[in-house]
Amino acid sequence: MAKITLQGLRHSYSKVPSGPADYALKQIDLDWRDGGAYALLGPSGCGKSTLLNIISGLLVPSEGKILFNDRDVTTVPPDQRNIAQVFQFPVIYDTMTVYDNLAFPLRNRGVPEDKVASRVKEIADMLEVTAVLTKRARGLSPDVKQKISMGRGLVRDDVNVVMFDEPLTMIDPHLKWKLRSKLKELHQRVRATMIYVTHDQTEALTFADQVVVMQDGEVVQIGTPVDLFERPQHTFVGHFIGSPGMNVLSCELREGAAYLGDHQVALEGPVTSGYGRFEIGVRPEFVKIAKQGLPAVIRKVSDIGRHNVVEAMVGNQRVAAVIDGPVPGQGDAVHLAFAPAYTRLYRDGWIATSPAKAA
Amino acid sequence: MALELRQISSRIGAITHVKPTDLVLQPGAFNVLLGATGAGKTSLIKVMAGLAKATTGQIFMNGVDVTKDSPQKRNISLVHQFFVNYPHMTVYDNIASPLRVAGMAKSEIQGRVEAAADVLRLRPMLKRRPHELSGGQQQRTALARAIAKESTAVFLDEPLANLDYKLREELRDQLPDLFAGRGAVVVYATSEPEEALMLGGYTALIDDGAVTQFGPTAEIYRHPQNLTAARVFSQPPINAAQVTKQGSRARLANGVNWELSGKAADMADGVYTVAIRPHHVSPVRESGDQVELQGRVSVTELSGSESSAHFAMSDQSWVSLAPGVHPYKVGEGHTFYMDPAKCFYFAPDGAIVA
Repeated sequence: MAKITLQGLRHSYSKVPSGPADYALKQIDLDWRDGGAYALLGPSGCGKSTLLNIISGLLVPSEGKILFNDRDVTTVPPDQRNIAQVFQFPVIYDTMTVYDNLAFPLRNRGVPEDKVASRVKEIADMLEVTAVLTKRARGLSPDVKQKISMGRGLVRDDVNVVMFDEPLTMIDPHLKWKLRSKLKELHQRVRATMIYVTHDQTEALTFADQVVVMQDGEVVQIGTPVDLFERPQHTFVGHFIGSPGMNVLSCELREGAAYLGDHQVALEGPVTSGYGRFEIGVRPEFVKIAKQGLPAVIRKVSDIGRHNVVEAMVGNQRVAAVIDGPVPGQGDAVHLAFAPAYTRLYRDGWIATSPAKAA
Repeated sequence: MALELRQISSRIGAITHVKPTDLVLQPGAFNVLLGATGAGKTSLIKVMAGLAKATTGQIFMNGVDVTKDSPQKRNISLVHQFFVNYPHMTVYDNIASPLRVAGMAKSEIQGRVEAAADVLRLRPMLKRRPHELSGGQQQRTALARAIAKESTAVFLDEPLANLDYKLREELRDQLPDLFAGRGAVVVYATSEPEEALMLGGYTALIDDGAVTQFGPTAEIYRHPQNLTAARVFSQPPINAAQVTKQGSRARLANGVNWELSGKAADMADGVYTVAIRPHHVSPVRESGDQVELQGRVSVTELSGSESSAHFAMSDQSWVSLAPGVHPYKVGEGHTFYMDPAKCFYFAPDGAIVA
């Protein structure tokens, strides 16, 4: 297993890039610890597949270096990088038995049969496919096939990194959580460096210790699931993670205080200096209906069973709030209160407040 | 204009896809068909739309028997999970195609296409072809076609399943408004309970080819008539275990017991199934009335704003769902707290008792 370092990585599909817009990857510097569980999370077109292809060696970056255990592998071809990959669609041999499918990557490298047997058994046990080892892969259901595909990625213990590229896209929603959690468990048992690429927040946050959130070819935050939820460094992270996402409200800054219309909004702490476009970010979980506060008019109330999602208009901006208990009706005039410790200011998308020091 | 099914069933060869079903769907609100993959949602839609023949029963639209009518004659629209557009036509022509088939005047077609494009924010893309669009835009084109047509009934068969979840959130929010006031019966199939709740309206719970319960969405979520309905309408899965009622107390096999109140206190002594939704099983104590459950955490999941933990309690798997991010340790013991007032009790035949 290996530590993976990305140094000053930039990539453009255009031969003569003329500006930042021509870069599919803008500037990436990253250190991925040996044995860590990482996720690359972002919407389609954010550059995560480009990054994955650079790590696997299918693509040589326009600029920068990629290191495995401090060895420069930037131009090393894929077959010499010693990487295992699991794709969206199961990659298995239909005519072979499950056992032979799992054994294939080992036999290919001349691993002796007794070691093959013990390793296949171990992986099959972890994936709970021992009962079908002697069956041909052809007749198996898609989720079992994908498990075997994962098993093929995990069976070798000498790979530098195991990469998963949207591995659950084709799996039935009711089976997804089982595979999601299986992968997490597998990581804890085999302790290989794993990179999981997805646009699905639940998959990323469930699997990874550290999530790399990408947007428009740029890394906007690297953090633990708690960091991403509680203190988004960028409005995109706040919006993309969480359902509904963080409220992002245009505001004015006057003498270091944030205003929505005439109303001052208390922030988590002091605003860092600088000019730009200012927005207040607060998650719907931290918005309450109160006796006083921001005047708002209820636009819509959705009873989603375990709580209500209330949408209110503050001026011409929509604010979502997650409310337990009684809710006002559509059209009602109310006041909203934001929890100050979770209310932040963003400048040009990036966080521009620092938390107040504990007294 | 109502859509009414009377004893409709569908059998192909030896396989029953839809058991005899009675259902009356009204315009003006979404009618959600909620059930797992393979439960029979698509089969039911096909029969309603006229794409598959009913084995038994009759279908009425606005009181008229349409059982033998073609989809064209029924004047329906259908949007699938997979984006279906004509690849060689522009977005404009894709939206206009059913109107042209209907022989509508050119000026009226233009008005309707543009209105539908405005609603779905496709104006700038009207001259493009489907392959030049993102998945979301392609699906919006299919939806625009359904809206422009002003059909008698619109069938949306998991239309958002193949979209990124943020886009899904956005479209799900807009869909009910898009069809509001159009007078069409809108039927929406999904396998996700959360989606049904967000769409509101009415929901029919589908399990094994049969409608197990139908009614206003939030109401049937709160008041399942039977254990199957409670299971179908819960994600993560509802916790269910055998419980013995004796006197005023209920007791699980592992000895955990609690005082019964309300209707549950009036149940006859005996064995029942107790069921409680995951968000009423909390990782922290919220009130003194809560019952302690000792479990070993086996799986944890984070959805962004909520955490779920699957835990084993005397060989049974339970799930807790809580707001925020909870740092669980997989493999370790954890005490969960269940609110007994939120429990459902079902008789051995599955019917709700309390």
